[in-house]
Amino acid sequence: MITRQEILDLFRNGLFKQNTGLVQLLGLCPLLAISSSVINGLSLGLATTLVMAASSGAVSGVRNFVPNEIRIPVFVLIIAALVTVIDLTMNAFVHPLYLVLGIFIPLITTNCIVLARADAFAAKNRPLHSVIDAVAMGLGLTLVLLMLGAIREVAGQGTLLSGIDLVFGAEAQRFVVHVLPNYQGFLLAILPPGAFLALGLLIAANNWNKARAEQRTRAAVPVTA
Amino acid sequence: MKDVVRAALDNSLRTSAILLVFAVVGTAMLAFTHQRTEPNITRSQQAEKLTLLDQVLPRSLYDNDLLASQQLLPPSDLLGTRQPSAMWVARRGAEPVAVALEAIAPDGYSGNIHLLIGITADGHITGVRVTAHRETPGLGDYIDRAKSPWIDQFTGTSLVEPPLRHWRVAKDGGRFDARAGATITPRAVVKAVKDALEYYSRQRTALLAAPAQGVPSP
Repeated sequence: MITRQEILDLFRNGLFKQNTGLVQLLGLCPLLAISSSVINGLSLGLATTLVMAASSGAVSGVRNFVPNEIRIPVFVLIIAALVTVIDLTMNAFVHPLYLVLGIFIPLITTNCIVLARADAFAAKNRPLHSVIDAVAMGLGLTLVLLMLGAIREVAGQGTLLSGIDLVFGAEAQRFVVHVLPNYQGFLLAILPPGAFLALGLLIAANNWNKARAEQRTRAAVPVTA
Repeated sequence: MKDVVRAALDNSLRTSAILLVFAVVGTAMLAFTHQRTEPNITRSQQAEKLTLLDQVLPRSLYDNDLLASQQLLPPSDLLGTRQPSAMWVARRGAEPVAVALEAIAPDGYSGNIHLLIGITADGHITGVRVTAHRETPGLGDYIDRAKSPWIDQFTGTSLVEPPLRHWRVAKDGGRFDARAGATITPRAVVKAVKDALEYYSRQRTALLAAPAQGVPSP
């Protein structure tokens, strides 16, 4: 089936090496629009992960029946149908959650990372691998969304986890952290430019980290004459 | 040559057939899900609407089926509406005791602010809620009851109390608070609520006389 090493590799790939937000720079539209707070980011990230896992699994399952020429329309059809099914099902059976996440679901359809993963990975790999890859990619995206949301929320409103009561009920209100008391707010961080700036900083930090790691490995290799 | 054409034709027919199969399966899946989920979705939407109405019209006021009393009002400048908007009439027995109106504040900081306003038969506000808005998060969104209790200050007001000239935000010499740095949003809401009261006082007789739906008329 699948070895432990393969699972590890898939996760390392999705979370770090090929991170959709920081390395592949795919699906930035919802990423930038929604990451104004931690809770928003987390919600969108998890919803995207769910959709990606379902669509990658489905695409991988039918990959041998789909001729190459029409693979994109078929994948789009599968993804759109799945998203609509998830949307309707959530609306019907977990309505409170839908009120919070509902607005994100149609946004996910516009996220090219879902189609990109279906075409680049799921169309060439077995279902189990594809689902795990999708989950890893989705979690990688969630990680970036979380960091972006945290940066923008602290800079913009001086809080963390605001809006948590909308997901977990009014009692969760006490988990809201006021990082900077009596903060006047910094509008730029919440508006779209703040998203670009924060994402730029994250990418820079990631690249810097990578460059340093490379330097270290190069230094560690003993020079043989 | 003939063989090549034949092969190409075969191939495209086969591909179309496959695409068709996927389209049919996809549509069937959607139709099935829609059919299974629709009753639940309608029920939750009704419940949601009623929860919202409960916030502007206390249940203790009336005893009719509020959702069934819904009627459409023609577009009006005072309500800020360009399309027909909904109204509900709360009755106790046959006596109308209050209405709930949908109104729009068209001059928010970024686009329309949709409001639901409860008004007693004698023209007092029982509650106001923002149902949809696109005001700046963290700045103008305190009009949302989920974010702050700001909107509660309308409860109990009327066109007489406070007097008309005090139907402004404090910064403009009125009675309603607004947070520093974000006055456009509350200004729009205050004006919209005042206009809705104005609308109600002008149309009062017609609004309250409207027959309760669901009750067969004699």
